[in-house]
Amino acid sequence: MTRKHRRLILVLACGAGLGSAVALTLSAFRDSVAFFVSPSEIAAKAPPAGRSFRLGGLVEAGSLHRTMDGARPAATFEVTDGHATVSVHYIGILPDLFREGQGVVALGTIAPDGSFRANEVLAKHDEAYMPKEVADALKKSGHWNPAAGPPPPAATWNDMTVTGAKQAKAGG
Amino acid sequence: MIPELGHFTLALGVAFGFAQAFLPLWGAARGDARLMQAAPALALGQFLALGTSFFCLAWSSAVSDFSVLNVAENSNSLEPLIYKITGSWGNHEGSILFWCLILSLCGAAVAAFGGNLPSSLRARVIGVLGAAGVGFALFALLESDPFLRLWPPPVDGRDLNPLLQDPGLAMHPPILYTGYVGFAVPFAFAVAALLEGRIDAAWGRWVRPWTLAAWCFLTGGIALGSWWAYYELGWGGFWFWDPVENASLLPWLTGTALLHSALVVEKREALKVWTVLLAICTFSLSLSGTFLVRSGILNSVHAFANDPARGVFILVLLGLVVGGSLLLFGLRAPVLAASGIFAPVSREGALVLNNILLCSIAAVVLTGTTYPLFADLLLGEKLSVGAPFFNATVFPLAMPLFAAMAVGPMLSWKRADLGAALMKLWWAALVAAVAGVVMATRAALLPALAFAAAAWLILGALADLIERVRLFRIPLGASARRLMGLSRGSLGTTIAHAGLGVTIAGIAAMSLAHAAIVLLHPGETAKLGGYDWQLVNVHDADGPNYAARVATIRISRDGRLVTVLAPERRSFPVQQITTTEAKISTNGLRDLYAVLGEERDGGAVLRLHVNPLAPWIWFGALIMAVGGMVSLADRRLRVGAPARRAAVAAA
Amino acid sequence: MNRRLLLLAPFGVALVAGGGFLAMLRREQAGTFDPRGVPSMLIDRPVPPFSLPGLASSDLRGRPVLVNFFASWCVPCVEEAPVLMDLRRAGVPLYGIAYKDKPEATDAFLSRHGDPYARLARDLPGRVAIDWGLTGVPETYLIDRDGIVRWRWVGPLTPEAVTAELQPLLRRYA
Repeated sequence: MTRKHRRLILVLACGAGLGSAVALTLSAFRDSVAFFVSPSEIAAKAPPAGRSFRLGGLVEAGSLHRTMDGARPAATFEVTDGHATVSVHYIGILPDLFREGQGVVALGTIAPDGSFRANEVLAKHDEAYMPKEVADALKKSGHWNPAAGPPPPAATWNDMTVTGAKQAKAGG
Repeated sequence: MIPELGHFTLALGVAFGFAQAFLPLWGAARGDARLMQAAPALALGQFLALGTSFFCLAWSSAVSDFSVLNVAENSNSLEPLIYKITGSWGNHEGSILFWCLILSLCGAAVAAFGGNLPSSLRARVIGVLGAAGVGFALFALLESDPFLRLWPPPVDGRDLNPLLQDPGLAMHPPILYTGYVGFAVPFAFAVAALLEGRIDAAWGRWVRPWTLAAWCFLTGGIALGSWWAYYELGWGGFWFWDPVENASLLPWLTGTALLHSALVVEKREALKVWTVLLAICTFSLSLSGTFLVRSGILNSVHAFANDPARGVFILVLLGLVVGGSLLLFGLRAPVLAASGIFAPVSREGALVLNNILLCSIAAVVLTGTTYPLFADLLLGEKLSVGAPFFNATVFPLAMPLFAAMAVGPMLSWKRADLGAALMKLWWAALVAAVAGVVMATRAALLPALAFAAAAWLILGALADLIERVRLFRIPLGASARRLMGLSRGSLGTTIAHAGLGVTIAGIAAMSLAHAAIVLLHPGETAKLGGYDWQLVNVHDADGPNYAARVATIRISRDGRLVTVLAPERRSFPVQQITTTEAKISTNGLRDLYAVLGEERDGGAVLRLHVNPLAPWIWFGALIMAVGGMVSLADRRLRVGAPARRAAVAAA
Repeated sequence: MNRRLLLLAPFGVALVAGGGFLAMLRREQAGTFDPRGVPSMLIDRPVPPFSLPGLASSDLRGRPVLVNFFASWCVPCVEEAPVLMDLRRAGVPLYGIAYKDKPEATDAFLSRHGDPYARLARDLPGRVAIDWGLTGVPETYLIDRDGIVRWRWVGPLTPEAVTAELQPLLRRYA
């Protein structure tokens, strides 16, 4: 085996390794990348059934119903972006931060009836944009005086009670 | 007083760092022996200064000195003492200081154990380590000072993030950081070699033990992190292809490749330029992994509080270290002699194949991790790349790697006989094929292939060992003597390869796991995986800084009690966070895993798992790390590399 | 020569990646890049119809206005208060919607930190906020003369954001 031969084999091996890596990446990108869509986008043009994607929006107040799917706990709720609403069905335990009126991201597919079957639900928890450093800086420089009243506990900020929302619907 | 001492010694450490970065390199460039001789003392000085500084931080935290901002924000007087101490590296400021401390420890270790290095190489290695670290120490001093005072001091602190109040995670950062930072030493050797303009077999012999040590720690750190995710996050999974997890996997992949290519440098004086590049890339990926996590670009359950302004500072530092070394590589690597070309079927050929496949996997993981960011930046598209992508790309590339792993150690250097090596493995291949076919009837194709790979790796390692001690061909006593006389290096290889097989078996067995989410009222029983899970009751319990709801679950099989699990939901009033404490019972062959979810209608929602072979995932990683340590104990490495001449003659 | 270029390639890749990350960080600081964020669906669409005591969607026509969601319990709102006062002094019409806030708490907040709002509405149940796709407070929207949403700012407004983003848009839609 000549030196040239050996060099060729080395180059071919590198090419094969890298080439298969690129081919695998491209084919996997086609199949398994989850795009982010909003309820309006689903209303405008529903993604093909079976394709997995991420749905983001706000949980509509008063729309959460906890049910049972056989022996398993399930939940149904509406996700809205203000223009369109998608009904989401999820079997499993909702995350601790899940609340009505809060942002939510669900991973799943569209069912034939147009509802969204989530196999994963992630709650966003960022109602007040208060990076820790900002809060501390404010406290230190005296802009925010805790003596003037503490901010209410985070849990109560997010409580959008069903009754409150219904009154608002009736009133608005 | 103690925090001020810590602040002062941190500043002292920065001063030592500047001296350590500048004087030895200048001395080596000018051939000034006195400046070069100063390197070990400076490295030791920096280590002592930063060590004192970190001790002061840990002390302030241990005595709950809430006049220190960092302690007030991340600690609480009710917290157990152990978490007060471990909390000092569990937050942003403390972890940066800790990172600098480990890097200075590396410099001190080179100073202490590098007595047999040529003085110019030692001075350059220590100098490069100083240069790589001084920016980050400066960052700790100026931008994320852990010793800032708070006046008036609050009555009590804000408490450590409850997710971090866990023994596994308390030990996770030190081990992981030692792994990450340990790769700074091969990096420093690579940059020093570029500055010197030459690399020989002795260089490979010096680099390998450092790489091996860092690799052992990184393996342990990743395994510990994955174990933590398994039992603490309570999702039942062990690896989520989360950006932060990938950030630790990337340097592990290239570090593993480096481990193998340094062997080729040592034995055959080939692949030199490639090995230098790998050393630079591994440390660059470690740095990016540690610091991009903090910039807010990559975010996940593991992330620290982040701030883009700090991110820019860190990115500039990263750019200087990574960009500077790669630019030096581009300019100076042509000076290094071109590598020899060798036969494809040989030990070195197999090691090249290992490098190609490991780096392809690393490239795929890197692409998948960063693509969503760049797609958002350039195309404005929001998308996520999750487990399906990584499973579809990583496993096809890993399979040939597994196949070659059992054969590689059986090939001889320079020229080997592939047929003869395969003949010795026929029974391993047979068992692997049977295991694969049997599993294919019960699980999907991918897990079946993984089982076959696991059997192939474990038995292949066994076959290699049997071949080396000539078991059954010579008397048993003689075999035992051969076993004792085996070189620790090859024994370590065998153990580590078998360890990977054990891990793969554990991962593949996850496809056979049973899981269910059930709503049970007290007294009711659910059936899962052949076990009866009876909810006895749900009651309140109080911890030192939390209140908990605890479910008692009796698990029995065929009427016999197996175990009682008590999963909890803990609420931490100070931080207003609720965490889920999964409870696991293991017998080494399967895990019984229970999580308490919400309570409704007088019952409790439980998530139950039966995970066969799950402990093997981490057990295998432990075996891999042990293999690395056995290899590290090799006589040739322990005694230290002989002088340059002798090493070249021996090779 | 070829080999030399090949050896410089890693540096080039690192340079491109570093540039990309720098751009991300800069845009993250400016608030225009959030890899985890939910993009607003309102941009370039009419404001969702609403009617609150003090403000209705029909009031948002005729001239470009800023709508600011805030609350007295929100610390970043305190931080952005001086920026809003500067905008008011510069003559920018600013409408405020108090989000899930007790009226007396809102009034105390405005008397303490200054009242920059030409009109003030109260969204006590937070219903309108949902229609706007609000993800938190404070959040600021620019509505043009035809009632079309042109810009959204998430988090406290900063002087840099006002000069770099808001003022050019105000000039364009004036």
